[in-house]
Amino acid sequence: MSRQEILEGLKTVLAPYTMDKEALHSMNDETEFIKDLKINSANLVDIIIDAEERYDIEIDADSAEKIHNAGDCIDVILEKMKEKI
Amino acid sequence: MVTGMGVVAPNGVGIPAFLNAIQNGVSGLKFMPLYEELHFNCQVCGVPDFDFSHLKDYLSEVTFHGLKGSAIGYAIKAAADAWIDAGNTLYDGKIHWETGCVFGSSIADPAAMKRVIALVDAKQSRKLGSRVVEQLMNSGSTAYITGLLGLGNRIITNSSACATGSQGVLMGYEYIKHGMAKRMLVGSNEFVDNYIFGAFDAMRVLARKFNQTPEKASRPMSATACGFVPGSGSGALVLEDLDYALARNAVIYAEILGGATNSGAQQGTGSMTSPNTEGVIQCISDALHNAGIEPKDIDLISGHLTATMADKIEIENWAAALNRRGEDFPLTNSLKSMIGHCLSAAGSIEIVGVILQILHQFIHPNINLEDPNPEIMAIADAKSFPVKRVDKNVNIVAKANFGFGDVNACVIFSKYKR
Repeated sequence: MSRQEILEGLKTVLAPYTMDKEALHSMNDETEFIKDLKINSANLVDIIIDAEERYDIEIDADSAEKIHNAGDCIDVILEKMKEKI
Repeated sequence: MVTGMGVVAPNGVGIPAFLNAIQNGVSGLKFMPLYEELHFNCQVCGVPDFDFSHLKDYLSEVTFHGLKGSAIGYAIKAAADAWIDAGNTLYDGKIHWETGCVFGSSIADPAAMKRVIALVDAKQSRKLGSRVVEQLMNSGSTAYITGLLGLGNRIITNSSACATGSQGVLMGYEYIKHGMAKRMLVGSNEFVDNYIFGAFDAMRVLARKFNQTPEKASRPMSATACGFVPGSGSGALVLEDLDYALARNAVIYAEILGGATNSGAQQGTGSMTSPNTEGVIQCISDALHNAGIEPKDIDLISGHLTATMADKIEIENWAAALNRRGEDFPLTNSLKSMIGHCLSAAGSIEIVGVILQILHQFIHPNINLEDPNPEIMAIADAKSFPVKRVDKNVNIVAKANFGFGDVNACVIFSKYKR
């Protein structure tokens, strides 16, 4: 799965957690979840749970802590998908 | 002053549907196949015809996503409707420092708790996510309401069993009366799931003889009354200082004259589950005193009257407190004949019923009272308990609820006379 495909998939995961649909639409690797998408920090755990389900992976707490922007999130998802194989 | 109303009741969601139902004696009780499967004695329940997705009209997409609790859903609907009914708008971007909230329930949300128990026991607590705690908190409904409406005054979650709703309304009134707030959003909610229902069923206090005819199951004051029928829902009111209401040209539906809440301390005839007669009589007398009215002024009693053995004791307590008996006993009705006993939501839903009767000048029927209990009719004349709607002047109504823990609440409502 390419980074671009995961970025598009992440937009679906993030959609219920942000009111700023424009920022979500133009999301790139540098887009920060809390600052740019105005996502409530408490919801980050929900986003991780939803991403785990979508990609059938498990994101441990240490990996989750590294996620600030979309690029970090894609890195972690790719890493966990690789570990699974 | 009462300036707004919202309701989610087993026999009507929203004020127009609820008004139509109580005017025409429509029952909201249904047979529950699941309860038959679970071997409950009582298999009838009051369930609002509530479309959860309708909450999208009130909540942002982000807030709606992850909201699961029916109890909170009922509360949001009732409270937001009351707020809008009072002439306000949602998402006006203001903090209403002058407006507070008292909202209560018996149990926050057993269905949400069940999910926590299942996932924790399966060692999968990490999958619970961030939205569970806010829906487990006793203050969950209050928190959702105050955030949605932007309320900035005192925010309180109350709980006193079946007296919760009436007590919350009284608390809101008292805060305004004592100048602590200009407006209070008050109400209560309850979601009776199969666990709560099962616990009441185990006490053998529920109606078990009418499972095939659910609309007949709640029979307050009848000879065949054999227990109450639990129900779910929520009622909400906007209470408002008179000058504040007049200044913003609010429509005033009715006035609260006063009230009282106390406890019989589980002494004398009182216990955890039944009221001390002395406490009830004192509560009603204090309510009248605080409202500045005489017993003869009461046009209607909206009773607690659940369809248990306590109905007779309640009527005797009213008769003793008011010193009105036989043909002199006030007209009396029990909304529970139509919707069952909505526990903590009973008071607020029944108070919405009271305001509607004052506003539209009618007395709703007591359904299922084909066979009045002779012991009750020995205290008050049968004509005091109308079985058909009565269209008449309704100026002053006494509303009371009595709850487990021997807590009492009585509130006196009046038609608003400018």
